Amino acid sequence: MTATAGKVTMAKALNAALRDSLAADERVIVFGEDVGQLGGVFRITDGLLADFGDKRCFDTPLAEAGIVGFAVGLAMSGLRPVVEMQFDAFAYPAFEQITSHVAKLRNRTRGQLSVPIVIRVPYAGGIGGVEHHCDSSEAYYAHTPGLKVVMPATVADAYSLLREAIADPDPVVFMEPKKLYFASEEVTLPATMPGFGRAVVRRPGRDATLVTYGAAVPVALEAAEAARDEGWDLEVIDLRTIVPFDDETVTASVRRTGRCVVIQEAQGFAGVGAEIAARVQERCFHSLHAPVLRVAGLDIPYPAPKLEHIHLPGVDRILDAVARLQWDDQPDPTWVAA
Amino acid sequence: MTTTPQAIRRASPRTNRAAARPEPAAPLLPSPEPVRLLDEAGRRVSPECAVRDYPEPPTETLRELYRRMVIGRRFDVQATALTKQGRLAVYPSSRGQEACQVSGVMAVRPTDWVFPTYRESVALVSRGIDPVEVLTLLRGDWHCGYDPAAWRTAPQCTPLATQTVHAAGLAYGEAHQGRDTVALVFIGDGATSEGDFHEGVNFAAVFRAPVVFFVQNNRYAISVPLSRQTAAPTLAYKGVGYGIASEQVDGNDPVAVLAVLANAVEHARSGHGPFLVEAHTYRLEPHTNADDASRYRSMDEVETWLGRDPIARLETYLRGAGALDDAAVDAVAAEAEAYAADLRTRMNADPVVDPLSLFDHVYAQPTPQLLEQRAQVRAELAAAEEGEA
Repeated sequence: MTATAGKVTMAKALNAALRDSLAADERVIVFGEDVGQLGGVFRITDGLLADFGDKRCFDTPLAEAGIVGFAVGLAMSGLRPVVEMQFDAFAYPAFEQITSHVAKLRNRTRGQLSVPIVIRVPYAGGIGGVEHHCDSSEAYYAHTPGLKVVMPATVADAYSLLREAIADPDPVVFMEPKKLYFASEEVTLPATMPGFGRAVVRRPGRDATLVTYGAAVPVALEAAEAARDEGWDLEVIDLRTIVPFDDETVTASVRRTGRCVVIQEAQGFAGVGAEIAARVQERCFHSLHAPVLRVAGLDIPYPAPKLEHIHLPGVDRILDAVARLQWDDQPDPTWVAA
Repeated sequence: MTTTPQAIRRASPRTNRAAARPEPAAPLLPSPEPVRLLDEAGRRVSPECAVRDYPEPPTETLRELYRRMVIGRRFDVQATALTKQGRLAVYPSSRGQEACQVSGVMAVRPTDWVFPTYRESVALVSRGIDPVEVLTLLRGDWHCGYDPAAWRTAPQCTPLATQTVHAAGLAYGEAHQGRDTVALVFIGDGATSEGDFHEGVNFAAVFRAPVVFFVQNNRYAISVPLSRQTAAPTLAYKGVGYGIASEQVDGNDPVAVLAVLANAVEHARSGHGPFLVEAHTYRLEPHTNADDASRYRSMDEVETWLGRDPIARLETYLRGAGALDDAAVDAVAAEAEAYAADLRTRMNADPVVDPLSLFDHVYAQPTPQLLEQRAQVRAELAAAEEGEA
């Protein structure tokens, strides 16, 4: 185990999780584009080749469908592959392998084959990236039965959830918020946090619930802090995993607060936030004092860097949504026909 | 040595330079013509243009090849009949391709892995898998009816060429763990146009994974002819671009197909990396029972290929060699009839599938949401039962 205490970045925590998983289980192998000698374009696999050798950590041809399909075969042979997709949008060539094979093999074979693969996807924007480097693609995966979709937002969760993903018997799409890679927190590693399917209340509050995950969590927390000035005491729930989904924690919170805003960085239409809003409405209808609102990215292709701040859900847009939660029991003017 | 004008030209400095520099791709190239050990009349021929030596498999092996081809064809005809009777949703026949279907599984060991497509039902029964389990996918009670881990046979792949990459990974993973397993992948001519074919062959080549890519070029991808899949001289030439050895073979010559595949498997197992084999063959039936082949090919063409029947060819050869007589042929035919009769009986039973099993293998443990849906379906079923009572 890599015992670490003090300020640690998410990138270092992910590296430690890979390192500890490689040391703990000889079936674990790590591969992808530039993950060997270079240590990954974000250095998440830094030093793994040197420390574990090229049978455990290696570079592959530049072909994402090949990487994921290769992982399927390796998993069939009894190994536990952890693959890196270099950027969110570069994972799309692997989509068929992920949706038709990784996700379905257990089901197709009535459990006689399983493919415990972890597909790491650096995702989301806010880093000034050029096109095809900033997508939030979680909805595609969450819509696919058979995949688990994990969205850490904190350093301790990044470590703990990645360890759990690698040990999990099912395939996991592990979404890493690039913007938070180099944010640091005081943590002690190895850390064991609540497992898959357990949301966490990051900030307790009485007046409304902000439900969010991944890259949007720090933004929601910032908004909740700012809302104090407006006299609102907001609860913030970090889902941590989208699949499995923790209805219980979300439902309990919204029944208590009576108001809910769902926040995601991904474009809103047909997104994960829409699913959450529907689930909250189904389960909490009689506790709600206002419609469930969503704050999401705009329904546009991810914009060029100079305009991404318009696209990304920020504190102001979240506070605007909170202001529309019918505190005076009047209809939301947004929806009143002109 | 007499000096002729030709000899002078041969000895020119330019030609000498070329001769001194070895062509690195040469050992990878296939034979210029498909390898053939039996001609269309079942006579033994020597493959003069073959770039490798292909010893004839032992007679006992050829007798077994014949037996399995006859049973395989009887199975195929029975499966087509079961489709017409409504017992199967659909059936993609491989009639006419028995030399490839059977040789593909006879060339590997039970401990090797096979990656079939939907057209490999004959290969699967030839591997020993229960025909009812093979037809489960097409009968529609589950996707894969046999245990892939026990049979070391992947589920039949319906998306094209995706299994080539799985085979590369599996073969590399087995070698990584110190086992000498070979992976044999069946694919068709159409699938060689897919990106995953390229990625699978390339990964296998780069990692020197022991994979045999076995392309059954049956001339059509549903209706689209080979000329729309490739401009390569033949599909076997695709190997050289990835740095892997390749061969082409007459796919209706069972002796040659088995000999070429045996060489390819040995090449892979002994650490020389992957191997690509293209078998030139023909799909006598439409793509499936739902297809109308008269829209894209002539009966004359089909007739021509009927004359190249692989079973008749091997039977003629074995009879001529004194390795097969009327009694042996009749015994195999009787065995095939009994096999088909047993299959008919068992396929005429209606399988009972528990609807609640829909939730069993989505994840190792169902999510809370799946448990809710399971309870809902259970309630629906109970209500329906109550309504009937």
